[in-house]
Amino acid sequence: MAYQFDFAPVLQQADLLLRGAWFTLELTVIGTLFGVGLGVVGAVLRAWRIRPFDRLFGVYVELIRNTPFLVQLFFIFFGLPSLGIRLSEWQAAVLAMVVNLGAYSTEIIRAGIQAIPRGQLEAAAALAMNRFEAFRYVVLRPALATVWPALSSQIVIVMLGSAVCSQIAAEELSFAANFIQSRNFRAFETYLLTTLLYLSMALLLRQVLAWAGRRLVVRRG
Amino acid sequence: MDFTFWDIARNLLVGLQWTLLLSLLAFVCGGLIGLLLLTARIAPQPALRGFARIYIEVFQGTPLLMQLFLVFFGVALLGIDVSPWLAAALSLTLFTSAFLAEIWRGCVEAIPRGQWEASASLALNRFEQLRYVILPQALRIAVPPTVGFSVQVVKGTAVTSIIGFAELTKTGGMLANATFKPFLVYGLVALGYFLLCYPLSLSARYLERRLHVTA
Repeated sequence: MAYQFDFAPVLQQADLLLRGAWFTLELTVIGTLFGVGLGVVGAVLRAWRIRPFDRLFGVYVELIRNTPFLVQLFFIFFGLPSLGIRLSEWQAAVLAMVVNLGAYSTEIIRAGIQAIPRGQLEAAAALAMNRFEAFRYVVLRPALATVWPALSSQIVIVMLGSAVCSQIAAEELSFAANFIQSRNFRAFETYLLTTLLYLSMALLLRQVLAWAGRRLVVRRG
Repeated sequence: MDFTFWDIARNLLVGLQWTLLLSLLAFVCGGLIGLLLLTARIAPQPALRGFARIYIEVFQGTPLLMQLFLVFFGVALLGIDVSPWLAAALSLTLFTSAFLAEIWRGCVEAIPRGQWEASASLALNRFEQLRYVILPQALRIAVPPTVGFSVQVVKGTAVTSIIGFAELTKTGGMLANATFKPFLVYGLVALGYFLLCYPLSLSARYLERRLHVTA
């Protein structure tokens, strides 16, 4: 085997890679905020059996969880224009991530809400908490605290899954990698560095989520 | 050339067969390698444990698409001509093995330590302990999450369309371009995956419930 590894042509394009990584993080942050938000709404509707929305969300959850993210993305980007809904690459990528994470977090958070003992709500009523306070302190926060590890790993999975958004030309990290390797023909080196970048982003994101979990959700005292 | 609905459906079914075949292959081969990884992950030797831990960490912490590209372009560097089929099968196998090993490790660790000690006191060696005492018990709790993970494998095969493997998604892409009916075609593609995955999801849920009832 006479292949000589050469990372220099890739490193020369480091700014492109870093910009791609930044876009991936942006996608992830927006996707997470709205996706988890959608998940909270879905989880409440499902857990408290609010008709007919609980059924609707049930169908939505099963449809999304049993089809690949790539197909969801293609359906949104290529299919929806047939209905007159035309989205840019970015809008399609964000929407796909929100819809995807929304379904998973609906199921995850629902499990957290259902794990709250009934007595807790009665206790909240006895403490004269209004509905909003009771929801925030007695339902949402304990539910999120219970499922935070599962939710965190789903967010990391969605971040890694966003790599396929390059297929609709959303200019995130893997798009940058495709672009670079098409110009310098150092495919293996380019993808190796990109993979390492993804790996460090996943490790970083896990740390940030663990920290956020301690700060926002599992607050003590 | 005009495509009737039947033409589209027939072509998609061909793609679906390849999706199914690739999923089965990746699941079976990934399961075998996953079993080896599992034994390394819980081995008494720190070097083996470390290797398995890093392997799992890398495959769980990077996108499947990147793994696919690295296999596709990496194997080519060795001077071997890689077909999309080979690259797809190999990378999905590696991906599956990492996740299954981690799932199964959880199941093995759920077996009380006393079982290891009891089997050791019966003079079973490490392999026999695993084979006759630990794994049969771990297997029972491992079935539901393993079936559940098979859904991820089926969905993961969609990514192999990107290196040109003509499975369901790739076939759908070609049909969408040829027929100018992306809404219909991608809808049918999604339906195809749903028909494969939903029964698996349902059985995973059923098995889990049954396990909790009998346990």
